[in-house]
Amino acid sequence: MLELTGVCKTYRGQAALQPTDLTVLAGKTTVLLGPSGCGKSTLLRVMIGLVRPDRGAVSFRDTPVTPENARELRQRMGYVVQDGGLFPHLTAEGNVTLMARWLGWEQTRIKARLSELTELTQFPADGLARYPVQLSGGQKQRVSLMRALLLDPDLILLDEPLGALDPLIRSDLQADLRRIFRALGKTVVLVTHDLGEAGYLGDRLVLLRAGRIVQQGTLTDLVQQPAEPFVTQFINAQRGPAL
Amino acid sequence: MRHCTIAILVGLGLWAGNAHAQQPPQVRPGSKAFTESGILGEMLTLLARIAGANATHRASLSGTQIAWGALVKGEIDCYVDYTGTIRKEMLPGRDLPTEDALRNALAEQGIRMSRPLGFANTYAIGMKKDKADRLGIRKVSDLKKHPELKFGFTAEFLDRADGWPGLRAHYQLPQTSARGMEHALAYESLETGSIDATDLYSTDAKIRTHDLQVLTDDLHYFPNYDAVLLYRADLEQRAPQVVTALRQLEGRISERDMVELNSRVELDKAPEVQAAADFLRKLGLLRPEDQMYVRIEGPAARLWRLTEQHLFLSAVSLLAAIVVALPLGILSAYRPAVGQVILGTAGVLQTIPSIALLVFMIPFLGIGPAPAIAALFLYSILPIVRNTHAGLTDIPLPLRESAEALGLPGFARLWRIELPMAARTILAGIKTAAVINVGTATLGGFIGAGGYGELIFTGLYKDDKALILQGAIPTALLALLVQGVFELAERWLVPLGLRLKPAA
Repeated sequence: MLELTGVCKTYRGQAALQPTDLTVLAGKTTVLLGPSGCGKSTLLRVMIGLVRPDRGAVSFRDTPVTPENARELRQRMGYVVQDGGLFPHLTAEGNVTLMARWLGWEQTRIKARLSELTELTQFPADGLARYPVQLSGGQKQRVSLMRALLLDPDLILLDEPLGALDPLIRSDLQADLRRIFRALGKTVVLVTHDLGEAGYLGDRLVLLRAGRIVQQGTLTDLVQQPAEPFVTQFINAQRGPAL
Repeated sequence: MRHCTIAILVGLGLWAGNAHAQQPPQVRPGSKAFTESGILGEMLTLLARIAGANATHRASLSGTQIAWGALVKGEIDCYVDYTGTIRKEMLPGRDLPTEDALRNALAEQGIRMSRPLGFANTYAIGMKKDKADRLGIRKVSDLKKHPELKFGFTAEFLDRADGWPGLRAHYQLPQTSARGMEHALAYESLETGSIDATDLYSTDAKIRTHDLQVLTDDLHYFPNYDAVLLYRADLEQRAPQVVTALRQLEGRISERDMVELNSRVELDKAPEVQAAADFLRKLGLLRPEDQMYVRIEGPAARLWRLTEQHLFLSAVSLLAAIVVALPLGILSAYRPAVGQVILGTAGVLQTIPSIALLVFMIPFLGIGPAPAIAALFLYSILPIVRNTHAGLTDIPLPLRESAEALGLPGFARLWRIELPMAARTILAGIKTAAVINVGTATLGGFIGAGGYGELIFTGLYKDDKALILQGAIPTALLALLVQGVFELAERWLVPLGLRLKPAA
């Protein structure tokens, strides 16, 4: 689905991403995992073209991503950020249907798609007329997810989508996300620093440290065959002293 | 058939020619910003109308250079000035001892000069009579003995060739510093004793009322200041009957007449038109049937006219500023390097004193509304550019990236996402510009652009506080009104989602 070869990125002399190769498999959920500043968000933003790598290539469904075609390709990707990234001047519905209206969809088609999405994400229909400031954190993320799913993208990219939520709402949404991903069978890339979340949602984990991929594999692979001591260290730190 | 066509063409030609001939000539008499000049300007206007011209008076041109420049460039057709002023200020550095020499020198610039109107308005130095008596000062040279005396002069006198610098050198006066002030304020300062002497015009009505001693120019420094009519040579071709009418004033106004006219306006508060009309009637130049040309503007009509002019100045300059500054603000937000230059330049423009900016504009744009609008336009740029820039750059990065990640092209992102989100800040910038504009537009009164400033500046030179307030109060009210209108506009223009308070 997505192929990164030798991408690297330096911010003001600081290497955010060392030359990195990564293949995102179609139909699977790939989780980019690691401590803060490890480059996982940069890697995600390289994938959707918000960050241009200094070197290296990204290809999406065998098409090389260039500045010229990036915008078009983005319409086949969905993107969700930590606080939802909802536009405050638009209602929930306005946010979700923005691209459909821009692309000139007919009203009936927009309405039909909207009701599919509210059902899928279990978003209350009366919330659609509300503005982002009137929504709770969990509702914002559901709206953001609907917006990302609107054009039925091939790839969904989520940057710490649950990072700012209360634990209870967070576990609710985790369950919903897993259900939605399974139901749609989409290719998903998700960034998190939470090992539990990564194990719960991800088919495949990619652990990063200091702009470099340390190990890829399932949670079991990481636990049982750590590539280096850092892997175990990271896992143990997340498990906490009680375990 | 052919004959018929020719007849029609000839007929049309005659008709067009006739229409042209019947069009009354346009004549624009001018006057400088002091009472005497204003009254004389009204006389010229009345005489031109009686002679069949369509005359509009461009009053309150502040200063000799502005009036002279307007005459040479053809923005006014005629006005009254003084031979001394012409020699020293308009044609400096030339030796023009005789009236003929002066007339020839003016003709080189396309300007004609009438014979003297009768009175002279010489510069003089005056003090309070009691103080002059106490110190035994009668002549200008007596001032040498009293170096402690404080002088306050009008700005024009302070730096005119025939003003203070020359006077000081000629009499070798010991006083080194002199304060610049409005003429009207100088009288008050004499009363309170904060200055001891000021420059006067010999026809000034206030010499009597303020009980002033005019000091004799014993070393003959001041030249002769005979009042003469200056007019453009082309007026003789365009409207010979008007020139003839105006020149009827030659030798007809005595010094006593002029003092009387000045005091009617300054002390009895008669409108300048009224004083001018009554005088022309006395000379037999205004017959009863010409009364229709005497248009005295009522207070309501004047307020309405000034309101229209004021709104015009503010609105046109603001609209132009929005059209220019909004794109500049957007450019600054998207191209920080260019933005630095744009914001810096706009900031520098803002620091130029407004009167100076107005006067800089005059050589390029002449007098009237154009330079005022240009200056107001420049002042409005900064608040709008700065707020547009701030509104756009304050949008959080995740939101900007979300818009980009959706796949919206740049223009759609700007139009549908970024500008609506910045709307409140941008609108606040436009509101600031509008309110500043309404206040600054009063300076239009300084260069004949009209608006409430006309009352403020007229009030200043006539020392009429009521008149100043009649200009200042509507300005303040209009500024408040504009502020209110923008606050209402916010409800329409700022999206609801940005105005709601967050849910608890």
